[in-house]
Amino acid sequence: MRLLFATLFTLFVAAAVGLGATYFALTRGAAFGALRIGVWTAWPKTGTVDADPYARAAIARNGVLPIALGDGVSFSATADDVGRPLDGRCDVEIEGITPQARFWTLTLYGVNGELVANSVDRHGFTSEEIVRRSDGSFAITVGPRASAGNWLPTGGIERYQVALRFYDTAVGVSTKAGREVPMPSVVTRSCP
Amino acid sequence: MIRWLLLMLGGVLLGGIVHIATVIILPRTATQDAYSRLSTIAPVNKVTPLPQPTAGTSLMPLMDPAMAVAVCRYDLSQGPLKLSVPVSPAYTSVSFYTRTDVAYYAINDRAAGRRVIELDLMTAAQHEQIPEEENVTAADRLIVESPTATGLIAIHALAPEPGLMPKAAAAVSAATCTPAQAGADR
Repeated sequence: MRLLFATLFTLFVAAAVGLGATYFALTRGAAFGALRIGVWTAWPKTGTVDADPYARAAIARNGVLPIALGDGVSFSATADDVGRPLDGRCDVEIEGITPQARFWTLTLYGVNGELVANSVDRHGFTSEEIVRRSDGSFAITVGPRASAGNWLPTGGIERYQVALRFYDTAVGVSTKAGREVPMPSVVTRSCP
Repeated sequence: MIRWLLLMLGGVLLGGIVHIATVIILPRTATQDAYSRLSTIAPVNKVTPLPQPTAGTSLMPLMDPAMAVAVCRYDLSQGPLKLSVPVSPAYTSVSFYTRTDVAYYAINDRAAGRRVIELDLMTAAQHEQIPEEENVTAADRLIVESPTATGLIAIHALAPEPGLMPKAAAAVSAATCTPAQAGADR
């Protein structure tokens, strides 16, 4: 009887630890080889055959088709420069310049990767349609209320993420965070 | 007390094995991965344009709304495949994925350097069967080797502004992936 209890206990601990660790790893994006620049994170290796088992499992679980590295690289941000989670009720400014790429797109998603519903049906900008300053930099205001310049509506949702994708770019597996890869800053301007 | 601690330690070690096993097995058992989601709408060896993602409906998470996308779900067991993608005005790319959605190759319009991206997709075994001299005469033919017999080809075309989306969608819809007839051109 004691042996049975001991075995059951051990198996229970094993199941809880093993499945818990798997769930945790896959929901937190625990793939190796993350490229972090400021608040932006990319996993260039996930778009190659060298994708590690965690990346493969995460792809299988959430159903995305990752961007192949020969196509481009996708960065995402879920918090601003001081670590505050992006809040759709606040005005957040994404400002600066981007690394060299033929095209880039910036898109707003909900936490599960769905597009954010809004009344003007705008979900992002491309590098071609953005209004730039004379020095080539740009500023995008992400917020619930319409504002001048490049405005991305949030529809007032609580949490969102921003994806910044570069197509036909040299940014990749061998890229190190530094001066060659300037990424825009993300600052929460005002919150109601 | 020590006995239970030892049992706990054993459980944690066993848990580590469970963790590694589940991570490795998961891609083979997933039913909601991109390939499975596309299986319902995309026939085999045919280019299928995907509907544009909207706030309510999106076939897969994190789809780029600025991109027109078409997929070809391929099966090479009956022979190699010919892929032809007309280049859209802005940016066109073709990405190849294995059955478990791992990208193994991608090419864009600039790398292809032509108005139409043309590729032959085959398995390593089929590639070996091509006679050597044909390989040389067809030096400008781009051959892609698929690590798996089945998989996905994703064709992307960028619409730099929303008004150009119809053009990008037309470009990806005009792409074709058809089984290469044996003996017809080789």
